[in-house]
Formats: sequence, C-alpha cells, structure tokens
Amino acid sequence: MSRGLLYSFLFHTLVIYLTMLTLPFMMREPIDLPPIVSVELIEIKDKTYIPFAPKARKIIEKVKEEKKRVVSEQALPAAKAKEKPDRIPMPEDKKETKELIKKKQNPEEIKPQIRQASEFEKEELFDTNEIAALIDKAKEEQAETQRKKDELTQSSVKNSFAQGLSLSEEDALRAQIFGCWSVPLGLPYDKDLLVRIKLKLKPDGRILKSEILDHARMNVPGQSFYKILAESALRAVRICQPLKVPPTGYERWKELQLNFDPTEMLKG
Amino acid sequence: MRKILLTLSLLLFFYNNAYGLITVDITRGNLDPLPIAVSPLHVDPKSEKISQFKTEKLGEEISKIVERNFKSTGLFNPLKKDAFVQKPDIAHLKPRFEDWRLIKAQALVTGKLLIKDKKLKVEFRLWDLTAAKEMVALSFTTTPNNWRRVAHIISDKIYERLTGESGYFDTRIAYVSETGPKNQRIKKLAIMDQDGFNTKYLTLGNELVLTPRFNTTNQLVTYLSYFKNMPRVYLLDIETGIQEVVGNFPGMTFAPRFSPDGKKIIMSFAKDGNSDIYSMDLETRVVEQITKHPSIDTSPSYSPDGKYITFNSDRSGLQQIYVMRSDGTQVKRITHGAGLYGTPVWSPRGDLIAFTKVRKGRFYIGVMRSDGSGERLLTENFYQEAPSWSPNGRVLIFYRETKSDSKGKGFSAKLWSIDITGYNERRLKTETDASDPSWSSLLSK
Repeated sequence: MSRGLLYSFLFHTLVIYLTMLTLPFMMREPIDLPPIVSVELIEIKDKTYIPFAPKARKIIEKVKEEKKRVVSEQALPAAKAKEKPDRIPMPEDKKETKELIKKKQNPEEIKPQIRQASEFEKEELFDTNEIAALIDKAKEEQAETQRKKDELTQSSVKNSFAQGLSLSEEDALRAQIFGCWSVPLGLPYDKDLLVRIKLKLKPDGRILKSEILDHARMNVPGQSFYKILAESALRAVRICQPLKVPPTGYERWKELQLNFDPTEMLKG
Repeated sequence: MRKILLTLSLLLFFYNNAYGLITVDITRGNLDPLPIAVSPLHVDPKSEKISQFKTEKLGEEISKIVERNFKSTGLFNPLKKDAFVQKPDIAHLKPRFEDWRLIKAQALVTGKLLIKDKKLKVEFRLWDLTAAKEMVALSFTTTPNNWRRVAHIISDKIYERLTGESGYFDTRIAYVSETGPKNQRIKKLAIMDQDGFNTKYLTLGNELVLTPRFNTTNQLVTYLSYFKNMPRVYLLDIETGIQEVVGNFPGMTFAPRFSPDGKKIIMSFAKDGNSDIYSMDLETRVVEQITKHPSIDTSPSYSPDGKYITFNSDRSGLQQIYVMRSDGTQVKRITHGAGLYGTPVWSPRGDLIAFTKVRKGRFYIGVMRSDGSGERLLTENFYQEAPSWSPNGRVLIFYRETKSDSKGKGFSAKLWSIDITGYNERRLKTETDASDPSWSSLLSK
C-alpha cells in the first residue's frame, strides 16, 4: 500500500517536474518572438565588425598599411582599429545574454530553474537533488560538446550563435541567390507564394540534394503558378551553385532551408 | 528507476536541441530576361514540297517567329544561334544539358516538323536546362498555310509554362489604317496578327471608321462608322465579313465596347448635346440606360466579371474617371490627380485600369488599381491615347501621333506597345499609319 503510494507520489512529482521544465519552453516561444527582432537589430550594428573579423581584418590591415605608406601622419585608421576591441564587447555582451535565453544551452542559465524545481520538491519531502545534479551534469556535458563544436567550426571567437549563419554570411548567401532568381511574373499577388526548399550541400557549396518541402502543392489544380514558382526557385539555386557558404563550419550549414517568397517584390 | 529518469530528462534536452536547420529567406529576385535557346525545328527529309514556300526553311522560320515573340516581351533573352552547341536534329534526343548550360541558357526549345498528305505536323519540346528535364512537349497538326499561327501557339505554350500566365502571341489586332494627307485622311478598318503580319483591310475607306473593339469571346468586332454623317455603332464578323448597324437610335452612338461575356455592347448615346451610357443586349436588342446625368459620360468599359463599369465623365467640372456598378448605381470617382483623365479600360486580369491622362499639354498612358490608388504613368508623349490590353493583362497597345506643321506635314500615327512595368516600349510595324488599336483574345483557347 505504502509502496504504491510512494510510486504514485513519485510519478506525480515527476509529471509536475517535467511540466515545470517543459512549460516555460512552450510558453516562451511566442514571448520569444519580439526579442528575436531586437537581437537582429543589435547584430546589424555588430555586423560591421563580426564579418570583418576573419577575412576583412587582413584587408583592413593591408589598407591601413597602404595608407600609412602614403600619408605617414594619418593616424586615423589606427585609432579606429584601437576603438574596435572596446566597442565589440558591448553588443556582444548583450547578445550573449539574449542568446542564452533563446537557446537554453548554457548550464548557468538552466540551473536556477532546476534549483527552483528542487526546492519545490524538497518541500514535498522528497529529495530530487540527485536528479537535479544528474541533469546538471547532462546539461554540462551537452554544453561542453557544444563548446567543442564551436571551437571546431568557428574560427571567429565572436560568433556566439553556434547554430545558424551570422548575418553577414546569411547576407552573402541571400545576395547571391537574389541575383540568380528570375522571378516568374505571372504570379497572383494575393496567394500564398512561399516555396520552401531544403538543401543538402557538399563542403564546397555545391548541391548534393534539393527538395521542395510542400511538394504536394505542385500538382494541386488551380495552383499551377506554384509549380512554376517552385521550379524557378530550384533553377535559381542550381544556377547559383556553388553557394556562397562560409569557408568553415560545414556541419552547421550542410543542411539549409531556403524560403522563397516574392510577394513583397511583386507588390512593391 | 534512476536510469529511466535520467534517460527521460536527457531526451527532453536533446529534443530541445533538434531545431538546428538554418533557414534563409529569399524575398527578392531579379527581373532579368530569361536566357532561352530556340533551336531551329528539324525538318523531316520525307516532307512533301509545297509550292508557296520553301519547306526546308520552315523549321528555321518558325523558330525565328518564336524568338521574335519572346524578344518582344522583354522577359526572355533568345540566345544567338551561332553559339548553339547542338544541331537541330536533336529533336528526338535528350539534349546535352551541360553543353547548353555552358552558353548560359536556362531553357531550350527543340522540335521537328513533317509535311505529309498536305498536313503540317509540328512537335516541340521545352527543356529546363538547369534541372535537366522536359517541361512541356506538344504536337500540332494543321494546314501548312497556318505555319505562322503554329509558331505563335508554340510561343504561347512556352510563355505560359515559364511565366505562369497565359500568352498573347496567337492573337490579332484590329486598328484603323490611315493613309493620305492629314486633312484628307482615308481611314479603313484593318486587322493583323499581333506581330504585324497578315494584314487585311475590312472596309473600303469611303466612310470614316473609328474605335474598333474586339469581342473577347469570339472574332466579332464592333466599331464606329458614319452613316449619313452621323456616327453609328457597327458590328462586324471578321470570318464572314457580314456587318450591321447596332440599333436604330435617333442621336449619335459612339465609343462601343463588348461586355466580358460578349452578349452586350456598352456605348455612349448622345441626344441634345448630352451623352449618357447605354447597354444593349445583342440577342434581344433591348437597350438599357445606365447613367442619367446632364454631364458628358463616355468611354465605358466593363470589369472582367461584368459587375462594374468604368467610364469618364466631366460631372465634376473636369474629365475624370469613375467606377459604378453595372446597373448604374454607386457611382464613385476614382481619379483625383491634376489633369484630365480619359479612355479607362479595365484589365482582363481585373486588377488594373489603364487610362490616358492629359496634363500641361502632354499625353500619358498609365495604369492604376480599380479603386484609383497606385497610379503609375508608363509613358509620356506629344499625343497618344486609346490603350488596349493584351489578353493576359501584361501589355498595353496604344497609338501615338507626331506633331505636324500648319500644312499637316510631318504627321504620322503609329501603334506602340508598353508592358505594365513601363520598361518595355516597342513600336509595332504596320503597313500604313495606324490608330485606335484593339487587341483580340487568344484565337486558340
């Protein structure tokens, strides 16, 4: 009897615990949406620095040297360069905290939640500290592997988002595809014109496999425009290859999803 | 127990980690013309010889027409044939896609033709070179004299397949052919293929003709001609050549236009200096007065669903464009800009209204949405008017007159076309001077 009660109690606490863990995840999503925009805003400011870090630094230095050669008194570029390291941490700090909230991969971020949970459970005369500790450990392990991955894939120290492309990388890719995509002009403005294409890429940016995600829509009667649109998007990707993907971090972008939507363009 | 809990909680975290796919939004593209290679059609050596034209050249001629059609749209860039990597006899083979991609072609048209038993059989295939697959393949059989139309139909099918909207190449244009000095113009009703070929004159030129308008459902034309010095609306069947006066009105009737279903004619009817808009059922000949206003209401045009009518009126003092329900209720002024607005024509797509605008002595052809918003002036000139839509609502055809001196020298009237982006303006070649064009619907539907 008492054992049954214990099991029941155990089970219920587990359910409550799991709910507490998962609920914030679910609830956070809509709340998360506006912050995503603000994160982007910060990054735009940041963008001028981040992308220039690995490649452009060399170029900037080259230019600096050249300028030095030409005008010896011109100390301006050097001053700018000095300013840089001071400036960078500012947005980066902000960004890091936001990233933490968004991705929940850092043990520090999760811990308070777990502690809360365990305190709650202490009151219930049941010690789940061990579980919490285990989870913490698991979390740490995961974060560690994530860090390792970061080290492996990111030469730039500044890139704090382990997944996803940086804005500049994304911009480069986007600009490239803009140029390749001949938009069919006979599309209806008032219909859903979103074509999602999933790509598997080779390390050199060439396409291994492409797939239209809403393939079923291609053959819906009265939606013939969709097929034409999807084909044009596929053509764009194929003409563009090799895609301008970052030179490193193949694991990150070996699978890409491109969302083609000409609505804005056609209306504008 | 502990293990289960551990796995459960681990699973939870790994689930959270699963949203790793990078997505990139592509919201813009280019509007550069699509590079397309039109290979000359392969002529079957077994083809019969026909006296009117050189059979062996027919394949090349058809491909030239297709190319010219594409070029005129501004949406395609037909590639030069010298650069072609394969000969026309690839019609029954798969093309070598990689080779064609080398010359930057994105689409390829191949085909073949055979004349047998006095029938012309044409086959064509459209290839997507980047995806290395066939997009469309069709074959047509017709009398050899129809070879130009076959070329236009092929163009339409390819256009439709690549742009998603229907084509407008297998169409005709009715217009008023003008010859002679400015003060003694001889005006005849004429009709030609959309590319300027096969011109035919439908009237003799002893009476003035004006404003021919195609019926969108068949090959009937309504136009204005003078009868005892009074303008009257006529109907003409192009195929049979039979013409008749529409109704017997005491005053003058003008600016006729068909309803979208082709069963009615809408026009202006003037009595005692006041003109209003009337519609007439072509079967029952019942006439209905639509506007009743002391001002001059004219140039009516139906919306493609037939529910609304746009027209111009000077009821506000200056000539402006109005929209009303087709029964004449809910009249609403839609233009408010400076200048005069006239000749509104509703696009066959229904989204736009084309018009002529006069401001500070200059003439503009423009388009706006059917509520009057989003006005865009496409072209400006000394004198131009009477826009008419292509059946797919992408291109407008109109006429333009040049300035002449006091003796009427230097005067000319030509047909021009412009697409709704305003970037692709072209002159249409006609045998004589031309005005008042009207575009037919697709001949083959």
